[in-house]
Parts: sequence; C-alpha cells; structure tokens
Amino acid sequence: MADGTGNFADTALDGLIACPECDALYRAAEVAHGQRAICARCHTVLISPRRHAGMAIISLALAAVVLVLGALWFPFLRIDRLGFSQEASLWQVATSFVGGPLLAVSVAVTAAILVLPLVRAMLLLYTLGPIVFDRPPARQAARAFRLSESLRPWSMAEIFAIGCAVSLVKIADLAQVSLGPAFWMFAGLVVVTIAQDRLVDRWSVWRSIDPS
Amino acid sequence: MALDRPELIHLTAREAGLVACRRCTRVWPLGTARCARCGGQLVSRDPRALSRVWAWWAAGVLAYIPANLWPMLSTRTLFSTEEATIIGGAVELWQYGNPGIALIILVASVGIPIAKFLAIAFLALSSRRGSRTSPARRMQLYEIVEYIGRWSMIDVFVVAILASLVQLNVVARIDPGPASLAFALSVIFTMLSAQAFDPRTIWDGIEDRARDPA
Repeated sequence: MADGTGNFADTALDGLIACPECDALYRAAEVAHGQRAICARCHTVLISPRRHAGMAIISLALAAVVLVLGALWFPFLRIDRLGFSQEASLWQVATSFVGGPLLAVSVAVTAAILVLPLVRAMLLLYTLGPIVFDRPPARQAARAFRLSESLRPWSMAEIFAIGCAVSLVKIADLAQVSLGPAFWMFAGLVVVTIAQDRLVDRWSVWRSIDPS
Repeated sequence: MALDRPELIHLTAREAGLVACRRCTRVWPLGTARCARCGGQLVSRDPRALSRVWAWWAAGVLAYIPANLWPMLSTRTLFSTEEATIIGGAVELWQYGNPGIALIILVASVGIPIAKFLAIAFLALSSRRGSRTSPARRMQLYEIVEYIGRWSMIDVFVVAILASLVQLNVVARIDPGPASLAFALSVIFTMLSAQAFDPRTIWDGIEDRARDPA
C-alpha cells in the first residue's frame, strides 16, 4: 500500500483507509493473498487477506458451536480422594459462585467462557455464511459483525484454559484428578477460536458486506 | 521534544478533513455522525474520552483494594477452615513447593493489574500534556495494556474451578470468597478504561513537536 504522503484529493473516499489506532491515512490497494498491509508508523495490521479464508472461518465457527455444546454436555473434570469423588461439568464450574452478590461472578464467568465464544461463532456464521456461498450479505450483517468485533476482548476461552492448568497443579497435591471428554473439547475450542480470529481480515469482511 | 524519526510524521484522516471509522477503517467527510458501512459512531477526537478513561480507572483501582483485603477462597478440611487472600494464597503455594504456579498467580493478579493502572495513568496524562517518551513507545505500551488486560481473569477462573470441584463432603471443601467479585469487577473496569482511551491522541501534535524541538 505504501503511499501515505501524497495528495488524496483525487481518490474516492472508499479507496482510502485510515489506521484505526493512529489515524494515518492511506490509499487502499489490493493486497496479495498471504501478504499483509501494515500501518507504516504504528504497525497495526490493516489488511491481511488469505486464500479461502471465508470457508475456513465458517468451518471453524461451526466447529466452535459443536465444541461449546459438547463441552457443556460431557463431564469436565473429576477428582478422587479417600474414597470420596466429585465430578464437575463446565456448567458447574462457570456457575460455582453462589449466594448473593457472588452470583454476578457466575454470570460473568459463564459469559466469558461459554456464551460469548458461542455467540461470536454464530455471528460470524451469520455474517460470512451468505458471502462465502456467493449470495447477497445478510440484512443485519454489518450489525452482527460489529457486535462480534466488540465482544472479542470479552471472550476468554484461552484465558480459562490457562486457569485450568493452574488449578490442576493446585489440586494435584490434594486429590487424584482425571480429565473428562469436555476438557478436551474445551481445549479444541481454544485452538479453533484462536485460529478463527487470526483468519478474519476485518477490511475484507467490511468491504464484502458494504451495502453501497 | 526533538523527533528522532521524521518518517513517523504522517498525514492523518483529521488533517485531510476526514473522520475515520475506528471499527472498519472507512473514512468520511469530517462531521459525519455515523459510518454508513458498519453503523459505528464517528468521532474524530472525543474530548470526553479522557474523562471516561479516568472514571473507569478510578473504579478499577477502588475495586482492587477489597480484592486484596478480602478472602479469595476459603478451604475447609477435616479439622480446620482457612481463608486465603490473593497474596496469601500465592505465598502458601510458594511454601508448599509450587513456586512456578505461585509466580503465575502473583504476576496475573498483582503484577499485571498494578502495572496496568500505572500504564493507563501514564498514557492518559501524557496524551494531554505531551511526553518525552516517543509516540511509538507509548503506542507499544498501549498495545501491551490492551492485550494483557484480559489475562488477569485467570485467578477468578481458578477459583471457579477449585470451588466447583473440591466439594468432597467432610474431607475437603473449597468455597469462593467475596474478593472474587471485587477482583472480577476491577479487571472489567480496567479493561473498559483502556478501551475508552483513544490511541490516536498519542500521535496528535507529533508534527508541531518535530518542528519546534523545545
């Protein structure tokens, strides 16, 4: 993309792109698949198209939906000690804060590790599904993608995964721990979510759902 | 401030008489209220952004105090009940031979939050008064704050897992304490504070300062 110093008067507004982080103005150019356009002064990635990204994102989003639902259904972790045993599902983990104001923490944790990853995957399916199959964009595509983007920092599956690792070490001294199928499904969800976010090229998505 | 890297001077959307959409990078004539492509609100530079940053920042700092004073979890075993604060729990882990995990907890729950409070305060102060630190440096700091803020939630998740799992009748039982709420709120408020900050203000005025090395 390169040219950031020239005269922009002759370029149509939709041919320009402004860095969302530092406001530097550029003339948008076609970027080859696998290449990235980066803001010259703050290094924010502006454009990063990838071949077949749409189809890959859709498959990953579908996988994420299946994995969240599966992880809810199966046992997550189980501990044994002195003949006593206890099993917890992911749902029980998320809602383990009970009693008065602590309930709010249960709501926040459920949202961060289950609801938001699920909702974001479905919003991406809604936004990109029609485009990938060469149909006109869904009516609320812009709103859906905007919502999905603003929910991104609040979806914390990968942070929960590190939390699991820490807890396992903590419990290991106390009792025998066994990992249930939901544990592995959740691990899969983390990988899928990260891959999905890396594939999404925001500029290409916005351009493809542009109504004008 | 003398500018050591003149290539960082750059025509901005605002100087070109345009307003950029921070969500979808589309530009519109200055004064447009809403982005017609993504529906996002368009503000070239919001004069109220800094007061929002400080409001969330103060809420985050306030919530962080009880988060450290109240117990994060209480452990009941056959003969005793123990309540542990964040720091107390980490110290205990350290003593029982898990310094690695203790370090993760300390970094995520003490190091990162405090570093974040300081970093946001520095960014907010310097975007108004200017700073000797170069915009590129401050931008890096802002990106780190944005990226790392969410990771403080680890401790809340650990409490959730322990409390749901360790319910072994009389043998051992772990329950969450009130600090978990205060801590979660502190993390959320601080994330909102960082989100309210407009990084474009880091770069504003870079040309004037280059021309006039005061």
